[in-house]
Amino acid sequence: MWIYEKKLQFPVKIKNPDPKMAQVILSQYGGPDGELGASLRYLSQRFSMPNEITKATLNDIGTEELAHLEMIGTIVYQLTRNLSTEEIKASGFDKYFVDHNTGIYPASAAGVPWSAAYIQSKADVIADLTEDLAAEQKARATYDNILRLADDPDVIEPIKFLRAREIVHFQRFGEALRSVQDMSDKRCYSANMNK
Amino acid sequence: MMENNSRQALLRKIQEADFFALDLGLYLNTHPMCERALTLYKNTVREADELRHEFEEKYGPLTATRSSGKTPWQWSKNPWTWEKERS
Ligand SMILES: [Fe+2]
Repeated sequence: MWIYEKKLQFPVKIKNPDPKMAQVILSQYGGPDGELGASLRYLSQRFSMPNEITKATLNDIGTEELAHLEMIGTIVYQLTRNLSTEEIKASGFDKYFVDHNTGIYPASAAGVPWSAAYIQSKADVIADLTEDLAAEQKARATYDNILRLADDPDVIEPIKFLRAREIVHFQRFGEALRSVQDMSDKRCYSANMNK
Repeated sequence: MMENNSRQALLRKIQEADFFALDLGLYLNTHPMCERALTLYKNTVREADELRHEFEEKYGPLTATRSSGKTPWQWSKNPWTWEKERS
């Protein structure tokens, strides 16, 4: 189970609304490489993990991704406060606004709703962890794209934090994958020796 | 405003300590024999516990089960994470 704590993992305090930026950052909420997909991918894959290291790593990183989902939702929420109709029209946010107003909806920046087709769960530790390594790099690359488009330090700081986490997760998934490869090597050698 | 500032400063300290503990936890998952990380982890968790206790005494619960016996129910009273006053 999970226990909710009333605090963000990293502070988000955005003073100025920016609906155009909100729409871009929304992709990390419900887009193809976003935090919703990340959390559901790891939390679903963890059930078939074979050893202590891989179970703990998927469980805990999957949980941290939920905290990142909350940060992204907060960023989008704060970027869309007190918008005038003029701002909504001029920024191109009108296409999102017509369906959701300023509600937080899991979709990509281009408006494609979140899909479970973004993730896999194969009960195959090599397939799953290799997907997870790629997922972290794709999320990191998306944060790089967001940073290229962002100019407000209030937005840049939490995005930089999230980007750095993808790099740490990539590192931990790599170690988890090696733990499985070590384990299978040992089994292979002992099986051969028993013959 | 003054209260708001000290509340925020204390919350920052909790966020920092919790983050350090979480990151050490991920590291310990893949390096379970690392005693240096375990020592840091233990100290950081203790520090975070103390800070959390201080915060909850002054500004209300961070988790629902720590909502004090006061009426009205304190959990739903103070601001949520996405609200400007909070984070
Ligand atoms: Fe991640």
